[in-house]
Amino acid sequence: MIGKPLASIVSAGLSKFGKIEGLYARELFALAAKEAFERCPNIDPKKDVQALFIGHMGESYEHQGHTGATVADWAGLLHIPATRTECACASSGAALRAGIMAIMSGLYDIVMVGGVEKMTHRSTPEVTEFLAMASDFPFEQWHGITFPGLYALMATAHMHKYGTTEEQLAMVAVKNHHNGCLNPKAHMQREVTLEKALSSRVIAWPLKLYDCSLITDGASCLILTKPEIAKKYTDMPVHIIGSGQASDSIGIYEREQFTSLTAAKEAAKQAYKMAGLTPNDIQVAEVHDCFTIAEIIAYEDLGFCKPGEGGKLIEEGVTTLDGSLPVNTSGGLKAKGHPVGATGTAQAYEIYLQLTGQAEKRQVENVEIGLTHNVGGSGATATVHIYRRG
Amino acid sequence: MSETAPFTIEQFYKFMNEGKVMAAKCKKCGTILLPPRPMCIKCHSNELEWTELAKRGKLLTYTIIHVAPPQFQHLIPYAVGIVKLENGLKLPGMIRGIEFEKIKIGMELQIEIEKAQQAQTWPSWPKYYFKPA
Repeated sequence: MIGKPLASIVSAGLSKFGKIEGLYARELFALAAKEAFERCPNIDPKKDVQALFIGHMGESYEHQGHTGATVADWAGLLHIPATRTECACASSGAALRAGIMAIMSGLYDIVMVGGVEKMTHRSTPEVTEFLAMASDFPFEQWHGITFPGLYALMATAHMHKYGTTEEQLAMVAVKNHHNGCLNPKAHMQREVTLEKALSSRVIAWPLKLYDCSLITDGASCLILTKPEIAKKYTDMPVHIIGSGQASDSIGIYEREQFTSLTAAKEAAKQAYKMAGLTPNDIQVAEVHDCFTIAEIIAYEDLGFCKPGEGGKLIEEGVTTLDGSLPVNTSGGLKAKGHPVGATGTAQAYEIYLQLTGQAEKRQVENVEIGLTHNVGGSGATATVHIYRRG
Repeated sequence: MSETAPFTIEQFYKFMNEGKVMAAKCKKCGTILLPPRPMCIKCHSNELEWTELAKRGKLLTYTIIHVAPPQFQHLIPYAVGIVKLENGLKLPGMIRGIEFEKIKIGMELQIEIEKAQQAQTWPSWPKYYFKPA
């Protein structure tokens, strides 16, 4: 039986993703909040929003911590409790979950959850260093293992074990770039050919430039209510019916294997169970394609195919916009961009648009059930959420 | 001495500076912890002892890094991998002394240790790397 709603999305906002010169995190978040308020005029921000949970990865980018209070102020939500959640790239997946729990606890009727990151004003080596902080310092970072390097270690292992090819990895980039072209808020709105992706410069072999997500500025948010009152604020709520989160060793080297993420499999198991659904029921999904190999592993960890068959799934076109299970219709982290703290709730924003028929050129017809998969760092955290049209 | 040394990452690297790869072994359940931890993560006992590991193992996976943070920029491109030591324990690190094309999953590698320089700032850990056995 399909699970009961845990909390309901009545509105959502997203800043433009990209290189947004001159805007800092708090200002980006204000743009996302503004859209969410405009989309749902029945919500009075000052009176109705009772708490804020914000995902933000790093102080290093802007020399600015204490993000909860900072963005609450700029979003015109001064004096409500505002708390930052940090799980690296899954920071706002965790914020979403914190918001759901806050609603379910009965403490609040309406909360805002979201995420933000400002990255593009720093040099690529600096960003590489900051991102690596999401991985183990004494053994991984200390020995020069970068963030792309960790996913490259997974890619090499996946290719060795299952015969996954560099072409199949590149196909993920081709698909997500195509979808990004249909999303006016995507960072990258440019098609990429298989040949171009395959011949781009190496970042961490076998991963090349087009296998990597983008360094992006952006913010995202959702307004959540208690399910019983959602219809008071909108005719088109989206109910969250499954929520899972799990953790794993911070160092990938300690894990039993490098071809799947145990935290993601565990979070998915929790979310499917809560939603009373199976992978076959999912009609549209946003998965954490921080690297192309991560999308292929996500297919397998979420049960969209068997372990080792992720490469085949992309090759068969199942996950393209007109396939039977479109994945990353927004362009994903690959083309929409990956302002790390903002990603989890940006994925939820896309599913909200899809399930309410607001995804315009990239709208998938007749979708009622969606899923988001948000991974922190190299898989030490994962959150999975399942959504149903209200 | 080694029996009473704290079961910490700091101590792991102190041993490494003496040329040894040491792990913590739980006296209750026998689990070997690498990196060492103050408490067994299997049975939560804190009755531990140090055990020395052989400095060789098999390569499980690898990559060649071309974009690195500032402190590693001068080394690019460089190879890193994850090596399985005895008892299924694993360590990640750089692979040196071999052409990239000759690196193969399953190959035997050994650990070489470079003593730490007297650093003025934290951390002052030694570096280790893997080379063909």
